[in-house]
Amino acid sequence: MTYTQTTPDHDAGTPGDVGDVVRLLEPDGSRLADAELDPWIADLSPHELRALHRDMVLTRRLDAEGVALQRQGQLALWAPCRGQEAVQIGTAHALAPGDFVFPSYREHGVLLARGARPEGFMLAWRGEEHSGYDHTTINAAPPQIIIGAQTLHATGWAMGAQRDGSDDVAVAYFGDGATSQGDVNEAMVFASTFRAPVVFVCSNNQWAISEPVTVQTKYPLAGRAPGFGIPSLRIDGNDVLACVAAMRWALDRARRGDGPAFLEAVTYRMGPHTTSDDPTRYRTDDEVERWARRDPIARFEAYLCAEGVLDDSALAEVAAAADALAAEVRAACIGATTRAPETVFDHVYAESHAPLAQQRAEYVEYLAGFAAEEAR
Amino acid sequence: MLGLMRRKLGSGDVPALIGGQVLQRISPATSVLPRFFSSAAKEMMVREALNSALDEEMSADPKVFLMGEEVGEYQGAYKISKGLLEKYGPDRVLDTPITEAGFAGIGVGAAYHGLKPVVEFMTFNFSMQAIDHIINSAAKSNYMSAGQLSVPIVFRGPNGAAAGVGAQHSQCYAAWYAHVPGLKVLSPYSSEDARGLLKAAIRDPDPVVFLENELLYGESFPVSAEVLDSSFCVPIGKAKIEREGKDVTITAFSKMVGFALKAAEILSKEGISAEVINLRSIRPLDRATINASVRKTNRLVTVEEGFPQHGVGAEICMSVVEESFEYLDAPVERIAGADVPMPYAPNLERMAVPQVEDIVRAAKRACYRSVPLAAAA
Repeated sequence: MTYTQTTPDHDAGTPGDVGDVVRLLEPDGSRLADAELDPWIADLSPHELRALHRDMVLTRRLDAEGVALQRQGQLALWAPCRGQEAVQIGTAHALAPGDFVFPSYREHGVLLARGARPEGFMLAWRGEEHSGYDHTTINAAPPQIIIGAQTLHATGWAMGAQRDGSDDVAVAYFGDGATSQGDVNEAMVFASTFRAPVVFVCSNNQWAISEPVTVQTKYPLAGRAPGFGIPSLRIDGNDVLACVAAMRWALDRARRGDGPAFLEAVTYRMGPHTTSDDPTRYRTDDEVERWARRDPIARFEAYLCAEGVLDDSALAEVAAAADALAAEVRAACIGATTRAPETVFDHVYAESHAPLAQQRAEYVEYLAGFAAEEAR
Repeated sequence: MLGLMRRKLGSGDVPALIGGQVLQRISPATSVLPRFFSSAAKEMMVREALNSALDEEMSADPKVFLMGEEVGEYQGAYKISKGLLEKYGPDRVLDTPITEAGFAGIGVGAAYHGLKPVVEFMTFNFSMQAIDHIINSAAKSNYMSAGQLSVPIVFRGPNGAAAGVGAQHSQCYAAWYAHVPGLKVLSPYSSEDARGLLKAAIRDPDPVVFLENELLYGESFPVSAEVLDSSFCVPIGKAKIEREGKDVTITAFSKMVGFALKAAEILSKEGISAEVINLRSIRPLDRATINASVRKTNRLVTVEEGFPQHGVGAEICMSVVEESFEYLDAPVERIAGADVPMPYAPNLERMAVPQVEDIVRAAKRACYRSVPLAAAA
């Protein structure tokens, strides 16, 4: 069932090829059977299905708050993940607690599913803390903004887990643009050579700022990994069931010692690259509208309602939870306290460092001089 | 290369008679790993000092592992890792594909997992392929994770000019890496330095850039029993006064320490007593030792092999100007390599790196500057 297309595909044209993907849910919510993927989600209970839905809705709401707060001047920047909830929540729900995630700057849903607190997102993106997340509790590295670097970190972590004899798996999340970076290709060389327990999750959201995926590749991204000796799957990234199933397949392989796997999840970046970007300058409303009709949450809701897993009262409860989360996010952001200035010197090194300690002491003394003035 | 061949061993000591035979001068390219013992003192080559330090730290801590090109089966491009694959196996001595960016990033990931990687660059020129991971991944992780993800990694390998290896294989990276907060940067000269600093680097919880020198690998130095002990360590951030003096302070690191010591010997015959400081640690720089020395001698000459602009010497000069200006009896002076890519022609290469006579000349200049200079035209 792994990806085996051998002929070149794209022309320079509108991004949005969703042919040649595996899916279990059509955009209208109807269920497709797939003999190879179905077994991987056969055991998903209604409770788990509702949890997937809930996390997708909460992710979208967290994301909407992030954008709104930036527009209000409360956050310096936010990288919206709207439209990519299925990839993030579907794959994150397949993880074991001991697995370690290496996200990009857009994986808010993954971090939320791993247990990151709302104030963590706010403190980090507002710049009030070096990092707002408790990395060893949520088992995720800080969001990576050096494009593709996280793939090497994940592979190194995986090689460490391998040598320790643990069955934990590392997961690297990155976009279509990142696949052009040397780091990503070198990571695949290593992962393959050393049979490292790492899963590469490529969210092909069609755009790298203003560059369509056709600039990054003339050949489907899932087709690269087999060239490195890594099996891959090309999945409909807006289909949360396919995301769960594919991720479980990939994690299982790695845990059994069969080495790395690559998932290309074909999705769409509904919003701008970040709040500093204006996508109306390089893509059409038609295209965005076309993808809105493939929305991951709408299709999953349609499916769950048809199956009787969700009803109006359940939906209302999720909506209320989203409202509560939004309020928490806003409060955490607006109520964040600015750190004391001398903390700029903290954590440069893991152990105490005399020259920095001296600079810090001098700075504290300097600041204390103003306190006397301000007291007057 | 010619300059090197004329040098005596180590710090200028006459080689002892060993086993009834005068020690032959062995060119670094062909040396194997003999151990020299005499009744007076043990001598150890820098190469062996590094090898023994790696061996002992790998033995003491199972989390330490070595990764790089040719480190395993080939015994190391410069034989620094000789015998380690055989002793520790392929899980702890990894031969890597030609992927500097790859294995530097992999090393950081392994450090996140809790391991202690020693990443070898065949030369530090190739570290430029990996510099994003050295700086953006290793150096900044602790800061950007609020102290939660430290990176106890060592990046080591030969740095600076070798002999006739051309522009792209001869650069000194001390100033490059010492520029970066979050890194520690060390550069050994002697075998004692090599053992003590590498052990300290491996044990350190922060990322360390460890700048060796290919031409020093084959140099032998006397080592005491204390140095040979497996617990031996040299503190990071402390310079060593290799030779005490009272007329002029000469700072240097790596191979230039040897040149500075030779210059000091020549100067002493002309009545100038030079104090030679072996920096050992480029970041953090031992400003206290340097300044205390300049306050004593009132004159400073810094020596480095790398390019002059924004170099290590520029920082040392500024430290002295900031902290000890009123003690100076002469302008501070820095000696560095020429401001050109390293030439390939041997005669031009010799002109492009500092020689002993350059250091002697600068020190004399510092000592005879007893009248204020007239402003240049």
